[in-house]
Amino acid sequence: MSTAADAERTGRPLVPRAHSLCAVLRKLLARLSRKRLLVPFRERAAPAKIAVKSVGHTYRGRDEVVALENVNLDVHHGQMVCLLGPSGCGKSTLLYALAGTVEPSGGHVTIDGKEVKGPGPDRLLMFQDHALFPWLTVRQNIVFALRARGLDRRECERRAHEYIHLVQLDGFERSLPHQLSGGMRQRASLARALSMDPAVLLMDEPFGALDAQTRGQMHNLLQRIWMRQRKTVVFVTHDIREALVLGDRVVVMAGRPGRILWDLEVRLERPRDPDDERLVTLSRQIRTALREAQAQSRPMAGAGGEGRENAEQLDGAGRGSSLDGGAAAGGVPHPAGAHLGAGG
Amino acid sequence: MLRGFLHLAEDGRLLKAVARSLARLLQGYGISVLIGVPLGIATARLPLLRLTVKPIVMGLQSLPSICWLPLAILWFGLSESAILFVVVMGSLLSIAISTEDGVSSIQPQLLQVSGTLGIRGLRFYGGVLVPAALPGIVTGLKLGWSFAWRALMAGELLFVSGGLGQLLVTARELLDVAQVMAVMAAIVAIGVAMDRILFQAVEVRVRRRWGLEAP
Repeated sequence: MSTAADAERTGRPLVPRAHSLCAVLRKLLARLSRKRLLVPFRERAAPAKIAVKSVGHTYRGRDEVVALENVNLDVHHGQMVCLLGPSGCGKSTLLYALAGTVEPSGGHVTIDGKEVKGPGPDRLLMFQDHALFPWLTVRQNIVFALRARGLDRRECERRAHEYIHLVQLDGFERSLPHQLSGGMRQRASLARALSMDPAVLLMDEPFGALDAQTRGQMHNLLQRIWMRQRKTVVFVTHDIREALVLGDRVVVMAGRPGRILWDLEVRLERPRDPDDERLVTLSRQIRTALREAQAQSRPMAGAGGEGRENAEQLDGAGRGSSLDGGAAAGGVPHPAGAHLGAGG
Repeated sequence: MLRGFLHLAEDGRLLKAVARSLARLLQGYGISVLIGVPLGIATARLPLLRLTVKPIVMGLQSLPSICWLPLAILWFGLSESAILFVVVMGSLLSIAISTEDGVSSIQPQLLQVSGTLGIRGLRFYGGVLVPAALPGIVTGLKLGWSFAWRALMAGELLFVSGGLGQLLVTARELLDVAQVMAVMAAIVAIGVAMDRILFQAVEVRVRRRWGLEAP
């Protein structure tokens, strides 16, 4: 590495003195490059595809919970943005506001210049639950959704075939959802979402219910598809490594009230390997920084424990975190659950 | 009993009676389904109906269907419509309640995903809501059929005008125990055939496809 390069350059053989100098240089290079790998995101001049302006949302129930407060975010075309945060930080609320399922009590959300009012196929939402229609086969699920868009039969069948192949479910077109494994169901759900060709794809911890190995496969799949199609994606997760593997941009959020802490750009080349040393280091950095931020924001006694608990929910090494910790700490209600009563 | 059976079967009376009863059943049941399923769906989807109609329906459910007969005769006179009314009231409520139950227990995610995929209107009701609620609806249809059959028999007994009920009454008047039991056997046989063979099969098929039961 730098040692050999140095030796080549200076033309001098490796000696202990040069070795220590090279070691210092190497560390410096590493520090610099590490800084360059995770940088604050700089606003682009180009108009944003998704513009979130001063969005706030309060859940009014027995207690009022401020899910989001004055959130501003611009997502550009072709970006994969990961909303990262512990349970109850409002990331799902923000995602659902983008989808139109939740109407924010304050502020605007616009996609392609048009204000978002209600859910629609242009801003497709994918859940942790695959939400496939259980009485339809994989192919029928996709065709049914496409027909709703007004495409003719032949085009629907063609697209279904294409996307089933893309998610590697060939041979399972005629299977019913209950005959598939969890990972396969999510792949089918992904195929259905992608075949609709939405302007924006919104994903709410879609791989949260899968085992670690399947999740890794899904990450690879998603990365490959994204590299080919360059869709605008907003992905919600509590897993730091997942965010770093998938995202061009990682937007770290904190709760109570829900707000954006940092907006970071990830400059690792693709496809990314979750075991990449640099990635692991970045993940550790983020976790440490979060821990400090949480501890600072609650200086009262016992807050240190809470902060640690919240930081622990940010999982950097597989599914060790529990989402219940957030609920116990009085986090924000999940919008999917909050909507059960509203005739959803 | 076998003698009585043959006696009846010989002059085609049994067949005619069965045909008559079944015709009434199908008519009444058909009406119940046509009213009950939409009523159940509407009650599940519209909060206003859920508050007002549902308690009424649930209350009336506990009324044995035969209690509708006096009212039916007063309203419709001594006619077919009276029996039909009794059959309809007997099964309508259970169909509506089961349907409402089926619709209410649809996974919220399915409804959310329909919104996000842009599936609305008729496509939503026909393509998502009804299929999703189908296991519950089929249960309702099965129950409704049982109730309709019982209501019909009760009606035919009290207001005699053809059909198996009349056969039963005639046999009683003739003090022919064998015939009475033969008719009873016929009634049971039809009930079982419909229940087990027709509805059970449909219910199991639906549940299997929906993934609610192991194949």
